[in-house]
Amino acid sequence: MHPIAKDAPANRLSCLQLLFLSAALAPAFALWYVVLDQRPASRSAPLRPVVANNRSPQTLTMPKPLVEFGNKRMILHQIEALAAAGVTDIVLAVNYRPEVMEKYLREYEEQFGINITISIESEPLGTAGPLKLAEETLSKDDTPFFVLNSDVTCEYPFKELAAFHKSHGDEGTIVVTKVEEPSKYGVIVHKPNHASRIDRFVEKPVEFVGNRINAGIYILNTSVLKRIELRPTSIEQETFPAMVKDGQLHSFDLDGFWMDVGQPKDFLTGTCLYLSSLTKKGNKTLSSPSLPYVHGGNVLIDPSAKIGKNCRIGPNVTIGPDVVVGDGVRLQRCVLLSGSKVKDHAWVKSTIVGWNSTVGKWARLENVTVLGDDVTIGDEIYVNGGSILPHKTIKANVDVPAIIM
Amino acid sequence: MSLQIPHREKSNGNTGATKAVILVGGSSRGTRFRPLSLDVPKPLFDVAGHPIIWHCLTAIDKVPSIQEVYLIGYYEESVFRDFIKDSSIEFPNLSIKYLREYQALGTAGGLYHFRDAILKGRPERLFVLNSDVCCSFPLNEMLKLSQEKDAEAVILGTRVSEDAASNFGCIVSDSHTRRVLHYVEKPESHISNLINCGVYLFSTDAIFPSIRSAIKRRTDRPSRLVSYPSSDNLESSFMIDDDDDENRQNEVIRLEQDILSDMADSKQFFVYETKDFWRQIKTAGSAIPANALYLQKAWQSGSKELAAPAANIIPPVYIHPTATVHPTAKLGPNVSIGPRVTVGAGARVKESIVLEDSEIKHDACVLYSIIGWNSRVGAWARVEGTPTPVTSHTTSIIKNGVKVQAITILGKECGVGDEIRVQNCICLPFKELKRDVANEVIM
Repeated sequence: MHPIAKDAPANRLSCLQLLFLSAALAPAFALWYVVLDQRPASRSAPLRPVVANNRSPQTLTMPKPLVEFGNKRMILHQIEALAAAGVTDIVLAVNYRPEVMEKYLREYEEQFGINITISIESEPLGTAGPLKLAEETLSKDDTPFFVLNSDVTCEYPFKELAAFHKSHGDEGTIVVTKVEEPSKYGVIVHKPNHASRIDRFVEKPVEFVGNRINAGIYILNTSVLKRIELRPTSIEQETFPAMVKDGQLHSFDLDGFWMDVGQPKDFLTGTCLYLSSLTKKGNKTLSSPSLPYVHGGNVLIDPSAKIGKNCRIGPNVTIGPDVVVGDGVRLQRCVLLSGSKVKDHAWVKSTIVGWNSTVGKWARLENVTVLGDDVTIGDEIYVNGGSILPHKTIKANVDVPAIIM
Repeated sequence: MSLQIPHREKSNGNTGATKAVILVGGSSRGTRFRPLSLDVPKPLFDVAGHPIIWHCLTAIDKVPSIQEVYLIGYYEESVFRDFIKDSSIEFPNLSIKYLREYQALGTAGGLYHFRDAILKGRPERLFVLNSDVCCSFPLNEMLKLSQEKDAEAVILGTRVSEDAASNFGCIVSDSHTRRVLHYVEKPESHISNLINCGVYLFSTDAIFPSIRSAIKRRTDRPSRLVSYPSSDNLESSFMIDDDDDENRQNEVIRLEQDILSDMADSKQFFVYETKDFWRQIKTAGSAIPANALYLQKAWQSGSKELAAPAANIIPPVYIHPTATVHPTAKLGPNVSIGPRVTVGAGARVKESIVLEDSEIKHDACVLYSIIGWNSRVGAWARVEGTPTPVTSHTTSIIKNGVKVQAITILGKECGVGDEIRVQNCICLPFKELKRDVANEVIM
């Protein structure tokens, strides 16, 4: 555990980064975790299918915060934004402690001049409990702290959020985003004649009461910690309603995109949103649409990747480091993670190609296909919505969506 | 075969003339070959680069005693005119004539109707080949057996799996003498797994009297009751007309139903069992296994027609001299590319027939499919069927509990858009496919 700096400047914000890795996972998350996340088997036994090969599960996967989103590890997007907002202390609340993570966290501490602490739950504490667990760190001074769900991607408006929070002077502010179909979410309703103070939450409203939903990013005063007990408890179900009752909770409207990328389908959608936002900002790391192979824009290619002749790439494609793309390859709405290889004439759409995986010649992948680490798809194979666990070789078509263990 | 061949064959020296008949059917038949038979009569459909009946002629041409070949069917005369013209040049030793039935007379009825033409020149023996079979046609072997046994009839037989057998004419034979003891067309119960290949060699002295007595029986018993074909074995039926009732009214006489079982009872009737390949060409999809088998046969016999093996050519592959195939396209195995076809850069074609004037654009993938005349497959499109087991005699498969055609077929002048996927579909002529489709018949 890293010691927290003693003499923090007065305006410094501390931050708790909350990683949702405990009991609240819906079964739909399970595969994503198996394919792209790494946890000891004992932690989440019901969610983890038995892995049918003789490798240890630890080598199968990657902790989700370390997954590259838009060619940058998820956690790095967040740390960058937090550091830019003046945050110097970050607490990672996790219920497991993957060794591989430490290496990157140390790197980031140095790079950004920040302190990163890992707070491990010995038992799952829900979404509020981990805050109580980190109380000592968070309440070492009176400055408010950020809480951030690790699966959320957006343009992270921490500076503006802090300023707004300070301006209303109440205990908490939650970032909200507007959605088209509020009936699928919990919706926030404001006090009459007030632009930000929250009146109530309505879970899956049948009638239209508003379209602002909780975006999973908060800024809270240290006094909120007094409202939380050290037990498994939910910040959404228990802490926030209590604050709302006291008129202490406000909302802050998010500009730009927002996505919870916890599931593969949303990871792909989130990538599209992120790439669009880079395009809008005129980001120079994007491939120029004037390149012969770039089609429709929103294409992000790591400089170390190799692209063959006569390819058509885009829109919405991320190609990671050391990826090799053969001749005549068609890529759209997909993510090729580092070290993967897509051979000549393959066609890939709405697919995540895992690290060091290989897609065969004339293969066709589509409909939210996810390849884990080191998967091989044979030549001329068709995969429709297949979730392929690490180290598998696929030699027959997967015609209908299926998990290939 | 471990059987000793008796030293008789040479002594027979000068064998009498032999003729051959290819039964080609007519336009009201071959409906199961749609949508391809909508545009070309099935016997003229190109398989392994040549019309189906060309393969029959090639086999007939290898029998030295045959000089005359008749195509019997009820298509219009014009249908076979060009084919006969071309074949007369290619097979100078054969005289090829088309004999047109003005109504469907049945396989035996047609033979009988044209008996005078056939018997002209007093041929001793007559080969009868159904045009809808694909096999190596071991006619010389059948002829040898016929001479050895002094047979009145020799039938070509092959072994199939027990499940498949009852879809065909079943032969019970004496394993030692090879004499046919019993013949049943599509038995309801299992009788034998040796089945009728649809290729016969008859002594002219035996076949015409047999047909005559069958006609006589028919006249004596006009309202004869027959229980076949049952509706559920129709799909894979062999040589049974779809319009059975009509045929009966028209006094149709068929070899399989009306002649062969009587011959088994009374005649010197033998079976030559082929160990080589044999398939029916019934549905349009069955052209794919037939194409593969004929290409393999050509490859094994060192045919010069086939494309030379190369990094991007997995033999056997037939490419018509007028076709244009980009050097980066990969073809084979078992691919036939027709006249004036264009195959673009980085395209992949495997286990397929691409018919004349079609275009496969760059990076497209065509597997287990037939691409109809003048059709277009877009860039990065995928047109795909499903492989069926090598031993299978059916071209349909069960997918999600539904029977679908294993082979994808695009009729004439169809278009598949760029990046579109078509799987296990039959697409009628002149359709444009702009969305992904699977397991459908596109009307």
